[in-house]
Amino acid sequence: MKISLWINDKLIEDDIPADTILLEFLREKGCYSVKRGCETSNCGLCTVLMEGKPILSCSTLALRAEGKHITTMEGLQEEAKEFGEFLADQGGEQCGFCSPGFIMNVIAMTRELEDPTEQEIKEYLAGNLCRCTGYQSQLRAIRNYLEMKKGAK
Amino acid sequence: MFTIKNYVKVKDLEEAYELNQKRNNVVLGGIMWLKMGSRNIQNAIDLSALGLEKIEETEDSFEIGCMATLRQLETDSRLNSYFDGAIAESVKSIVGVQFRNTATIGGSIYGRFGFSDPLTCLLVLDTYVELYKKGIIPLSEFVDMPRDNDILVKIIIKKDTRKVSYLSYRKTATDLPVLTCAVARTEDGWLAAIGARPARAKLIRDERKMLGREPEEDEIAVFQSFVEENTVFKSNMRGSGEYRRHLAGVLLRRGIRAVSERGE
Ligand SMILES: Cc1cc2nc3c(=O)[nH]c(=O)nc-3n(C[C@H](O)[C@H](O)[C@H](O)COP(=O)(O)OP(=O)(O)OC[C@H]3O[C@@H](n4cnc5c(N)ncnc54)[C@H](O)[C@@H]3O)c2cc1C
Ligand code: FES
Ligand code: FES
Repeated sequence: MKISLWINDKLIEDDIPADTILLEFLREKGCYSVKRGCETSNCGLCTVLMEGKPILSCSTLALRAEGKHITTMEGLQEEAKEFGEFLADQGGEQCGFCSPGFIMNVIAMTRELEDPTEQEIKEYLAGNLCRCTGYQSQLRAIRNYLEMKKGAK
Repeated sequence: MFTIKNYVKVKDLEEAYELNQKRNNVVLGGIMWLKMGSRNIQNAIDLSALGLEKIEETEDSFEIGCMATLRQLETDSRLNSYFDGAIAESVKSIVGVQFRNTATIGGSIYGRFGFSDPLTCLLVLDTYVELYKKGIIPLSEFVDMPRDNDILVKIIIKKDTRKVSYLSYRKTATDLPVLTCAVARTEDGWLAAIGARPARAKLIRDERKMLGREPEEDEIAVFQSFVEENTVFKSNMRGSGEYRRHLAGVLLRRGIRAVSERGE
């Protein structure tokens, strides 16, 4: 079936089977930052933005993205690198498996919520599971990152 | 994992309904649940071109299109200025923001899942479902109707000043609930819904007026016993029937107290 959509602001047109999952499609188009974790919509690893909102690409049909803008970490390299440094500073990245989805959702959160409280941060990121850090170092990294962004305004 | 042969973005509800009469054709919500199954779908019916993703406020109600996402229900300030924010409360523990950005209210209510948080909450509100062929019927009837091939078009919630409390118990954040409980006090008295029993939510009305407007502990205890005795709780991997019965009592008491504390 015909599909046309924007991936990181580039118009892509293709002909795909109706049941192609967005995650597969994005990886096929070279977006290797999009990782497959649980594939049961539980871990958050496959997070991408659709029209600016974070979604799970493992649980979305590619055809649902028809005519829409999809953003992967390839399209957010500067922001991802900037936050990644805060994460590294706090030891918030250990095996690193969860990082691609986590960083995407942190970026989505900073765009959606202005000055989020600790509780709001926890709620926004509840769908990003991490087996290593115990979340505290990730939270410190986010707090520092938000402080920096506030100062830069 | 499911398979799909054809993907049909329907032009109107009639086309969706016609297609949905064949057993191998399936209406798509956010596909979060569908994807976990292994159906071989001939025609996947996509309703997303029909403008059914809106939440509209009218004089006396909210009309929520079936394609509205759980996240829309959570963040809609008009909707959550009613019912003490219980609607937001009922969806905000479901997996994560990314999940709620695509899971739909249509799929959630049509599915009538035993564990459903929003189904439990909407049962204690004056809620109706609009079905394409059968028209508008109360959610409390729809919940026990056998599944058929109609299309759930909208959820309609009548505005009123009832006080509401929504509570759920999960063993771990983002997991399915072990038990769900919603309590409401209307002009006419109290209502409670208990879900994840693990069967689907059941609505219980305090028809015998066991509870006053701001009930004392002994009144609450009478109502609690009534609910415990008249509700079936069963076991599954998340908990035993006995454990659920106990949890139901605890959540019910907390819900009634929370509503009482909100005054009139
Ligand atoms: C991993 C996981 C965890 C979950 N955790 C929770 C939880 O903690 N609490 C909770 O309440 N829920 C939970 N859910 C359920 C979830 O919130 C949704 O209710 C569910 O995914 C269905 O919504 P959907 O939009 O994905 O529907 P789909 O999966 O697309 O559809 C579900 C069913 O409804 C049918 N359908 C969809 N829309 C319509 C319509 N308009 N008319 C007629 N039929 C229709 C479909 O054909 C299908 O049979 C969970 C689901 C998953 C996969
Ligand atoms: S891979 Fe998508 S949520 Fe885990
Ligand atoms: S750092 Fe290992 S899973 Fe998060």
